[in-house]
Amino acid sequence: MSDKIPGHLKYTKDHEWAYVEGKIATIGVTHHAQDALGEVVFVELPAKGKNLKRGDTFGVVESIKAVSDLYSPLSGKVLETNTSLTDEPGITNQDPYNKAWMVKIELQDSSELSGLLSADDYKKLVESL
Amino acid sequence: MKKTPLHQTHIDAGARMVDFGGWHMPVQYSGLSHEHQTVRTKAGLFDVSHMGEVTAEGAGAEAFCNYLVTNNVSKLVDGQAQYSVMCFENGGVVDDLLVYRRAEGKYLLCINAGNIDKDWDWIQKIAAKFPSAVVKNLSEEFSQIALQGPLSARILSPLTKLDLSSIKYYHFAETDLCGKAVILSRTGYTGEDGFEIYAPAADGAFLWKKIMAEGAPLGLIPAGLGARDTLRTEMKFPLYGHEIDQATNPLEAGLGWVVKLDKPGDFVGKEALQKLKAAGIERALVGLRVLDKGIARQGYEIFDHEQKGKVGTVTSGTPSPSLGYPIAIGYVRKGLSAPGTKLQVKVRDRFFPAEVVATPFYKRN
Repeated sequence: MSDKIPGHLKYTKDHEWAYVEGKIATIGVTHHAQDALGEVVFVELPAKGKNLKRGDTFGVVESIKAVSDLYSPLSGKVLETNTSLTDEPGITNQDPYNKAWMVKIELQDSSELSGLLSADDYKKLVESL
Repeated sequence: MKKTPLHQTHIDAGARMVDFGGWHMPVQYSGLSHEHQTVRTKAGLFDVSHMGEVTAEGAGAEAFCNYLVTNNVSKLVDGQAQYSVMCFENGGVVDDLLVYRRAEGKYLLCINAGNIDKDWDWIQKIAAKFPSAVVKNLSEEFSQIALQGPLSARILSPLTKLDLSSIKYYHFAETDLCGKAVILSRTGYTGEDGFEIYAPAADGAFLWKKIMAEGAPLGLIPAGLGARDTLRTEMKFPLYGHEIDQATNPLEAGLGWVVKLDKPGDFVGKEALQKLKAAGIERALVGLRVLDKGIARQGYEIFDHEQKGKVGTVTSGTPSPSLGYPIAIGYVRKGLSAPGTKLQVKVRDRFFPAEVVATPFYKRN
């Protein structure tokens, strides 16, 4: 299960992951999310410099059938977005935790980190679905 | 939620199930793109048992059917089917349907799953004017399976004594399949050769398994509602609730070819449709190719090329697995419907260029 829910990441109930190093958080969607979506055909990401509040929608991920909002797990300013997802949205299915990172943000409030789920807690959440 | 007679078969096959208008239905099995491509290159098997079946029988059945639908039912011979719509007095669409002539005075109507109750009320109301036509709602008594794809006849042949080449497109036979009495209709919603198989509800699961067993070695796979939708969109086949509904008339939906204003006798909506035809339609249903990978979906707004104002609305839209780019169907103001017309589609807060294209989007080789 560890490659589907890597232990070094934090998670949200909206099936997103966050990797935090200092004040920078890298955010993407989990294995469970890409599996539920099916083949990802379009990813829309925010502009650099945009300020996000925890819970704001920061973009969209589309499968053939559906449009799913992406919710920011943390508050911060968008530093970088993964532009390779524009040309190859399917990377989201193949490698959701590495090549398909979506945004990097500069954290505004580190205390929000305590609101994220650990790998174990996220695993329990997924198993309960 | 309602379940079809094949419900357990889908669960056992590991299908992803969804609530489709109150029915618990398979949206996909192995993956939407894969199912779509397989239907176009080999064959796919769809459970469409949720569709509705109404019979109209008796001396007045032909006259009743001709009054109920816009197409000319009198042109049918035994064993022939036709596509049509039923309209309200004002020309708005009640539903689209297939009308089957099984024999003189013996008709079967196949109506959309989501409209069964509404259509049945309507049919009974109209039938009241035709005392020598007896109508019955037999939707619960039928199962329906659609086998679609170029290998369909090859898969089905060993399972029936009937020579399938004797059933032409939009014709059907009442025959035997694996020892069960069925209607084999050479019709479908995918644009491929195939059969829609009407059987007693109790025989649905048995026939599904028999067809799958016969077809799997040739590449037959189960296909869900997701693929059914992408396949029909590529053909610009209308879907009730998207391209047609009570606020649309068949002329603007591009279905003038099933509206036979010259057929003898009156039909519901004739006068309104005559007036609409004389006045000219205000908007037209078109096919769009969306550029720059933007995906247009139902409800998204269509703008003119310069983004000055809204000129229409998307009724259906999806990435096209066969074509590799997003396509959409939508209504646009008259004058903007010629292929080549450049427009814009609003996707959330962005505009993507789009172009009116000839349809169907997909053409078989």
